[in-house]
Amino acid sequence: MSLVAQVVAQRGSLALDVDVEVADGEVLAVLGPNGAGKSTLLRVLAGLLPPDAGRVVVDGEVWDGEGTYLLPHRRRLGVVFQDALLFPHLSVADNVAFGLRTRGHGRTAARETAADWLTRVGLDGMGGRRPAELSGGQAQRAALARALVGEPALLLLDEPLSALDARTRLTVRAELRRHLAEFGGSTVLVTHDPVDAMALADRVVVVEEGRVVQAGTPAEVGRRPRTDYVARLVGLSLLPGTGAGRTVRLDGGAEVAVAEEVSGPVFAAVRPESVALYLARPRGSPRNVWPLRLAGAVPHGTTVRCELAGAVPLVADVTATAFAELGLAPGTEVWAAVEASEVAVYAR
Amino acid sequence: MRRPGTRVPAPLAIPAALAVAFLVLPLAGLLVRAPWSSVVEQLTAPGVGQALRLSLLSATAATAVSLLLGVPLAWVLARSRIRGRSVLRALVTVPLVLPPVVGGVALFLVLGRQGIVGSWLDATFGITIPFTTAAVVIAQTFVAMPFLVVSVEGALRAADARFEDVAATLGADRWTTFRRVTLPMVAPGVAAGAVLCWARALGEFGATITFAGNFPGTTQTMPTAVYLALQSEPEAAVVLSLVLLAVSLGTLLLLRDRWLGRVVP
Repeated sequence: MSLVAQVVAQRGSLALDVDVEVADGEVLAVLGPNGAGKSTLLRVLAGLLPPDAGRVVVDGEVWDGEGTYLLPHRRRLGVVFQDALLFPHLSVADNVAFGLRTRGHGRTAARETAADWLTRVGLDGMGGRRPAELSGGQAQRAALARALVGEPALLLLDEPLSALDARTRLTVRAELRRHLAEFGGSTVLVTHDPVDAMALADRVVVVEEGRVVQAGTPAEVGRRPRTDYVARLVGLSLLPGTGAGRTVRLDGGAEVAVAEEVSGPVFAAVRPESVALYLARPRGSPRNVWPLRLAGAVPHGTTVRCELAGAVPLVADVTATAFAELGLAPGTEVWAAVEASEVAVYAR
Repeated sequence: MRRPGTRVPAPLAIPAALAVAFLVLPLAGLLVRAPWSSVVEQLTAPGVGQALRLSLLSATAATAVSLLLGVPLAWVLARSRIRGRSVLRALVTVPLVLPPVVGGVALFLVLGRQGIVGSWLDATFGITIPFTTAAVVIAQTFVAMPFLVVSVEGALRAADARFEDVAATLGADRWTTFRRVTLPMVAPGVAAGAVLCWARALGEFGATITFAGNFPGTTQTMPTAVYLALQSEPEAAVVLSLVLLAVSLGTLLLLRDRWLGRVVP
């Protein structure tokens, strides 16, 4: 294990208590809502915030704990912040060379290495520009080069893509993925965007209110969310209940038919596209039919995402045409149908 | 087209116009009554040149000392977490509101021959400070440095401290961070503070005349020269005042972007 950290820190009303381990070459995503403590964790790892307790060990070197507190400038790390934060008074090349100069490299050598890195991140020939002359995506690439140029043992990424517009985010994400694959140290990516976590990370820990609530590979976490927050993020409706044969009795009392035998406390998860809506009770095969009420609707690409309230709170995606034809509006009473085979079920 | 309701109501307009007249008329009077025919002659009179040179030199020296000591002090006030910081801030800004003549008396009591530090300096090194050019610089620094400190502290507080975090993660200790990141980023604030400090030092009168006196060639600056001239040759006083006015206007011009209401986009 390259990074081993147990971090306990109190920030206002937030009590952070999180353990993370990241191997060499591995990318760990810390996924969570705003105020969950992700940034506090990152600041502790970077040495910008002394933890109240716990330890941070990188490559066997103690950074925090056991009576040690290594100042941030003595840690072999690189950080990419949300807003790039390139020094506005330095050229792009000098920004990238900054970490080399502070660590004692000569001016010429630092310039050459910085130029190499600018080429690697696709900013060939832009070293002479001022940060203000770069686009958001270019600035974030330069920030990545600046963080990696010192060959850190630990790379910290703090919402590196969230300040970018949608199209730029797509390309920068793909490039970031390539650079992370080449990077030999440990990476911790802090994000509230599940797509970033799914696309970039080998493993995900979900942090809510300062605690790890779920950990696993991105696929596992996406398929089997354990909290409403994660379920909403990946677009699933999460229904906690108790299994009894091919039925899950929800904590609220309603019953959901499933395709396999289950028992004990379980989650039933339903994808929005597998929910069909009707104005009258549908006839035919579906075993799961519930009368619900439309609580809200938001356009979502070519579909409309409908939030349904009632005995089985669900999210349904319907096409814009269907939405109009059904004459749906907040408050409309609808019947929701889901095939039993479309309900994923797993132990709580 | 005028938008309705943009007229200034009379109860505000009339006092405002009076205020403008009150502030501008004396300066206009100075220009009107200036002995323009003999300006060159007055300016080249031996005493005037001396006073002007001493003023420029001492104000520049006071600004340099203020920068050397005041910028670090501003950093301590803005960035450090030492205890009693607010008390410290109050203490160092006292000279802003203190009557300068009181400052002069205070300096005299500390650095004068009988003063706490002054007697020691005299006994150990044979140095006496009062009524020397050094005393002029000290008096000006005492009065002007708080302007620089307040200005630079404001700039430091307005600067994005996250850049300092970035520098730390790139291996820069706090001193390197200050030199290579913080200082360049607040440079405009430091420059503005320095100009303000210099202008204040240049106009310093009360503390200077109390602590340094008014000896032509060694301690007579423009303001003290104006005071002396007004009693014997009023025309010279007017000309000297004109020079100080020109310098003040020049200072304003330098700072116009910062303080004359230019809206930053």
